[in-house]
Amino acid sequence: MEKRQLTCIGCPLGCALTVTMDQGEVLEVTGNTCKRGDAYARKEVTHPTRIVTSTVKVSCGAAPIVSCKTREDIPKDKIFDCITAISKVTVTAPVAIGDVLLSDAAGTGVDIIATKAVAAAP
Amino acid sequence: MYDAAIIGAGVIGCAIARELSRYQIKACVIEREEDVCCGTSKANSAIVHAGYDAVPGTLKAKLNVAGNQMMEQLSEDLDFPFRRNGSLVVCTKEQDPAGLDTLLERGRANGVPDLRIVDRNELLAMEPNISDDVTCALFAPTGAIVCPFHLTMALAENACANGIVFKLNTAVTDIQKTSDGYDVITDQEVISTRTVINAAGVYADVLNNMVSSHKLTITARKGEYQLLDKSAGSHVSHTIFQLPGKMGKGVLVTPTIHGNLLVGPTAVDTDDKEETNTTSEGLGSLSAAAAYSVKNVPLRQVITSFAGLRAHETGDDFIIGEAADAAGFFNAAGIESPGLSSAPAIGVMVADMVKTYLGLDAKDDFISTRQGILRPEKLSIDERNALIHEQPAYGNIICRCEMITEGEIMDAIRRPLGARSLDGVKRRTRAGMGRCQSGFCSPRVMEILAREVPMDISAITKSGNGSQIICGRNKQI
Amino acid sequence: MQTYDLVIIGGGPAGLAAAVSARKDGLDDILILERDKELGGILNQCIHNGFGLHTFREELTGPEYAARFISQVEELKIPYKLNTMVMDISGDKKITAMNREDGMFEIQAKAIILAMGCRERSRGALNIPGYRPAGIYSAGTAQRLVNMEGYMPGKEVVILGSGDIGLIMARRMTLEGATVKVVAELMPYSGGLKRNIVQCLDDFGIPLKLSHTVIDIDGKDRVKGITLAEVDSDGKPIPGTEEYYSCDTLLLSCGLIPENELSRSAGVTLSPITSGPVVNDSLETSQEGIFACGNVLHVHDLVDYVSEEAAQAGRNAARYVKNGSAPSDRTIEILPTDGVRYTVPRYVRPTLMDDKLTVRFRVGQVFRNCSITTYFGDELISRRKRQVMAPGEMEQITLEKAKLAQYPDLTQITIKIEEA
Repeated sequence: MEKRQLTCIGCPLGCALTVTMDQGEVLEVTGNTCKRGDAYARKEVTHPTRIVTSTVKVSCGAAPIVSCKTREDIPKDKIFDCITAISKVTVTAPVAIGDVLLSDAAGTGVDIIATKAVAAAP
Repeated sequence: MYDAAIIGAGVIGCAIARELSRYQIKACVIEREEDVCCGTSKANSAIVHAGYDAVPGTLKAKLNVAGNQMMEQLSEDLDFPFRRNGSLVVCTKEQDPAGLDTLLERGRANGVPDLRIVDRNELLAMEPNISDDVTCALFAPTGAIVCPFHLTMALAENACANGIVFKLNTAVTDIQKTSDGYDVITDQEVISTRTVINAAGVYADVLNNMVSSHKLTITARKGEYQLLDKSAGSHVSHTIFQLPGKMGKGVLVTPTIHGNLLVGPTAVDTDDKEETNTTSEGLGSLSAAAAYSVKNVPLRQVITSFAGLRAHETGDDFIIGEAADAAGFFNAAGIESPGLSSAPAIGVMVADMVKTYLGLDAKDDFISTRQGILRPEKLSIDERNALIHEQPAYGNIICRCEMITEGEIMDAIRRPLGARSLDGVKRRTRAGMGRCQSGFCSPRVMEILAREVPMDISAITKSGNGSQIICGRNKQI
Repeated sequence: MQTYDLVIIGGGPAGLAAAVSARKDGLDDILILERDKELGGILNQCIHNGFGLHTFREELTGPEYAARFISQVEELKIPYKLNTMVMDISGDKKITAMNREDGMFEIQAKAIILAMGCRERSRGALNIPGYRPAGIYSAGTAQRLVNMEGYMPGKEVVILGSGDIGLIMARRMTLEGATVKVVAELMPYSGGLKRNIVQCLDDFGIPLKLSHTVIDIDGKDRVKGITLAEVDSDGKPIPGTEEYYSCDTLLLSCGLIPENELSRSAGVTLSPITSGPVVNDSLETSQEGIFACGNVLHVHDLVDYVSEEAAQAGRNAARYVKNGSAPSDRTIEILPTDGVRYTVPRYVRPTLMDDKLTVRFRVGQVFRNCSITTYFGDELISRRKRQVMAPGEMEQITLEKAKLAQYPDLTQITIKIEEA
């Protein structure tokens, strides 16, 4: 039996959730005020994921960098691996929103895509 | 071998340099900071006092009145902002108005023109926000406000144009007597010179004491100020001083030459000549102190606070002249208030002594005027458009609070003794000095500095070495 | 002098949405004036996600959200001028602006929408004592440096203020290689979203110290450290609680101030609470034909609400240009009391208003298990229960024209927070 404490992110209430687990299986969620808290807690303790946003270097562009994100959530424990992978990338302008800047970042199976357009340097 | 080495590029050092540059001389100004006007000259009340404060017969009295008289012509010759807004010393009902009479007498003895006492009614017409407790005031129409940065830079640039060498980022570590003058030892080089002029502000005692047995003791007296948004700038129109009393010298409330409102200073002696930090006690005391003379000062509109150190010499007067036991070593020490006001007169006085000592001849190609940074806001729309047509950078606003254009910033960087840091740009152009305090414009000013100097963006500083703005690229620190 | 039916001051989220909405309402002659080199405003530097859930039903980053509106502006062929600073607006709607190409020029507008956004409270305005070294940045300045220029402003960071920008920057600085030592918050609660506290601080083990503030800044050239202290219920530092943090950077995220210098020059009446214009139900300011929306009007929490509000301003400005001055009407004042700090709008014209009017406001403190109540005069009209309300989040109620029509003598509506 293991208990984990979380803060619910569903609304400003920020309920203090307690999740009781046994060998990776959620037995009980307490402290939540609504169903969303329960669902959040179950996901957060079993497979927490995050969207990661960062910047990628651009060569020959009107801007030196371009903002980017993981196309989908990636496992939370892959955030820094993902950043390391991004740090090695340089793309050449022009870049369009949605362009894949790095595919399958850090073995997550998720692509890094551009979130802004960068024109070629004038 | 220099004829003269001036130590300190504050307003005093630069005033002396400018006056010396009238003569055929090889002279330099040595400054430890990256720019001129980085010490006491940059953090003070920015007031040109009328001259009723100092005891008749003192150097302070004589040089203040003389400096005040010179300032107007100088502002025209050297193109810096100056305005005679007049000053008032107010007396509250708890105080004896005889104190004002004393100042009036003193002022008259010092040669201050047009002084008079005004009663509450007249005062209210002049200053509607005067405190309810104020009964009367001494009015000094010759009191004035000035931009200390622009005054100092104007003097420095004009000196530079007339051949004075400026050695910035150069700190003096020792001064040694030689057979024909002095060796000024710095962290960069040894500078040999026939004369030394000590204009080192709070460090003037240290320099004097290196060569003279007539020791000076200069105490750094900290003054903290709050600067308010321009929307508060017309809260008063004159400089409002308080009659000294139980609460000490009191604080002043004044418009600045650029249209802000300034409140301060506190006065606390410190042992640390570098202690330019503000304190919660100091800043916290200002609102109550200001309320003695002016009501409803809108301190919610503070945009920045700062502290400056006045160089207070124990003898309480300026120490100006050749050290008795060190021939060719001239002091301009203990220059606390009214130092800024006196600067032009101190410049003339010290230059005269050095001229006599060295037997200098006047130059016939002395350039007596200097053009400040072009301020497009002073032009008509047509003139402004002609300027933008020729130089589009004058159409590009960089600092949105103060409406400063790229053209002005480029001018500030490109001119002799040009800006090399964000603060250098700020003091010359006011970019970053407004209500957002450079939040929006600093990245853009950095770009312009990097391009114009040119320099790598990572080398750009706020105010000289060690104050770098950025520490590397993303993911590479 | 050039003339335009509608000039929009600012091409950020508010200005873009206002322009799109005015054009869709049939106004042809529109011009957007933008001071930056691209449209989109501050969204361009907000590269994190979480925008657009209300507007587009998907989670976008700031630049993506901006791009959706920019492409509408392009498709609708709404003209705009970039790198153009508006220097002055007069009460009779004459705009003086400047850029490199056109120089200084004047535009006579029939209607104006103010959409200049806001600025951050600076160190000076916060009265933080200490030295004035390099290394003190507003969070937004740091955000621009990191997210748009690719430069790191520091390695060891302390953040004062736990509003969303401060929290977001804690994560950004961490991901880009810096160490964020602590986030301090003067108030006993955070002004940021719970999601941001969890995902920007907890995820990276960054402590949040509530009821703490910076009482000293150390370092003459570059920040060397700061001193934090706990504050009492009046916000005054408690002696003996001082704690020194060595760091090279202090980021400030301590509130936003609507940028209304131009509004002031146009003679627009400003609210001392919001620092933004006082407006009526059409988001028109005290100056006829000058409208306001977005963060220049009041600081918003979500950009989606900015877009919604701006669309309303755009519609009303279009209507004003087409129909001219509104006929005179009764005016009902909305009075915020008992925990409600302000309302936007402040005045309602019951026969001219839209069928439904959203009234937005913020509360002054954290409330739990309370209700938002609306009174027409003394009569309770609605009571909506809220489990929690915090100053960091905007609240709203809806007024219906049909309902107001039943109260022909009404002069005042009161909005309060009351026990549930």
